Amino acid sequence: MNGEPLGTIFINACLINNFVLAYFLGICPFLGVSGKMETATRMGGAVTFVMLVTSVCAFGIQALLTALDAPYLRLISFIAVIASTVQLVEMFIKKVSPGLFRALGIFLPLITTNCAILGLALFQTNKGYGFVQCLVFALGAGAGFTLALVLMAGLREKLALAAIPDMVRGTALTLALAGFLSLAFMGFAGLGG
Amino acid sequence: MSAGQLPVAAPSGTWPMFRAMVGVGLACGLIIVSAYLGTKPRIEHNRAEALAAAIYDVLPGAVSSATFRWQEGAGFAPLTAESGGDARVHAGYDAEGRLVGVAIEAAGMGYQDVIHVLWGYSITEEAIVGLKVLESRETPGLGDRIEHDPAFLENFRRLDVSLADDGQALRHDVAAVKHGTKTNPWEIDSITGATISSKAIGSLLDASASVWAPRIQSGHESLEVKP
Amino acid sequence: MSGHPTPSTTDEFLKGLWRENPVFVQVLGMCPTLAVTNTARNALAMGLATLFVLVSSNLVVSALRRFIPKEVRIATFILVIATFVTVVDYVIQAISLDLHKALGAFIALIVVNCVILGRAEAFASKNGIRASVADGLGMGLGFAFALMCLGVVREILGSGTLFGFPVLPGRFQEWVMMILPSGGFFTLAGWLLLFNWRRQRNAVREEAS
Repeated sequence: MNGEPLGTIFINACLINNFVLAYFLGICPFLGVSGKMETATRMGGAVTFVMLVTSVCAFGIQALLTALDAPYLRLISFIAVIASTVQLVEMFIKKVSPGLFRALGIFLPLITTNCAILGLALFQTNKGYGFVQCLVFALGAGAGFTLALVLMAGLREKLALAAIPDMVRGTALTLALAGFLSLAFMGFAGLGG
Repeated sequence: MSAGQLPVAAPSGTWPMFRAMVGVGLACGLIIVSAYLGTKPRIEHNRAEALAAAIYDVLPGAVSSATFRWQEGAGFAPLTAESGGDARVHAGYDAEGRLVGVAIEAAGMGYQDVIHVLWGYSITEEAIVGLKVLESRETPGLGDRIEHDPAFLENFRRLDVSLADDGQALRHDVAAVKHGTKTNPWEIDSITGATISSKAIGSLLDASASVWAPRIQSGHESLEVKP
Repeated sequence: MSGHPTPSTTDEFLKGLWRENPVFVQVLGMCPTLAVTNTARNALAMGLATLFVLVSSNLVVSALRRFIPKEVRIATFILVIATFVTVVDYVIQAISLDLHKALGAFIALIVVNCVILGRAEAFASKNGIRASVADGLGMGLGFAFALMCLGVVREILGSGTLFGFPVLPGRFQEWVMMILPSGGFFTLAGWLLLFNWRRQRNAVREEAS
């Protein structure tokens, strides 16, 4: 059991060790859908949601595997259960709330195999968090992901109007921007101490 | 495998799907379990070796070690396969089998992330006699100097953690002070440029020593003899 | 083997190495590319681990391609990939705990490396075993090569060493930033720029001739 206070866990997951800018998790959607502010916020919402679901699942799986004394099945069951749960949740939302489905819809399948999701499950297990700590960790990680995505979208919307040499346009520029954001986020270190 | 001759039907029935998933699942399970069993002795050997090396590092003079478990009311008992629990320490013994000291794992929030350390406690000197950072993600070049900086590690050659007269708490709080202002044996001389990391080490040692020093002083008889 | 005329095995091997390099050209598998390339040793280990998983999963997926109904193919692929990743995870722990600690959770995260699932889906499920293995080898080596490109630059500039051996004169002030996360972004951005520049120059030359 890990004795970290909940506030520290949240700040840690959201700012200090931001999943995108410090752990490089979820870079693919970060580069892919950070072009527009609106899609970025929706994607962030969808990822946070899936993270919460995953966190609960992973906590259950870990408890079960510890009881069975089968640590070698951890990875395979994480990925299988997470992928199927997200599909299930997707179908459920489609049925119950078409509005929400339209808002999150296309992003849900995209993020099933997003490394940030599996990363979250692995990190919370490695750190030995309890159930509430897991939920806070997932919320923090989701908030951090959304923050990074929204910041990036804001920068890119401005950049779309700037005169940039052709060669730099595209992924290279986005990556360099991410580098600066990552440097800026280093300023948050020490907050959790 | 005769799988090559099977016709590809579209859309597939339930049976082929079921067969494929179960077949692949079984095969995967078999591979994973054999890989786990095949590498297990080697991994356990590596782990034990790494732990032993760290213990000998923080307890100068120790050449063998044993792990003990603490239970409130019952004191220390040798750790066996079935007794789990997080409250454990590693006792180090010299060549003649005499108790040298106790190595204790501790963790606390650093600048970037949680720092895990192992520290050595000498029962006779009532002092920390060694420190090894097991895991940290402190800033390279600044905070991570807590791992290797010789002047900083010199602090832990003999850091006073003696108990107050009632035997329940430390006489003085362990704390990191500004570089060059260390005057008392229970203070840690910080590294310039790594103040937060140094302070983190100070506070995690203080917390861990406050818990373990009274326990060890009260129950060290059961640690004296190597099980 | 597959119905349409296939290019030679050597061709399948070479395309991943350079022309369709997974990192520099397809911009796939970014997470491990950036996360574990702070030293050349980590980059090499990660590259080799990914190479092994890629080749094995391509081999198995290609061998089973007629046996797996298309409705459950993604699920099966993920199972196969996760199996090999678990194997790699244990093998690395058996070889060196230090290395395992340095790579951390990123070994397990090979599972969600889009390059591997991408190759299983786009290539191995449609092609014969030989071509699939060649494709896996090429893509894997291309991936490892890209990781090394980043790892070498970041370690030399960030620590003044290469594989732990000092290579720069003692007076060199290390750019600590290069081994920090932001250094990963900048280095990759730099390499992509270089590739873009080459591509543009080639396009201009072709137009001129």
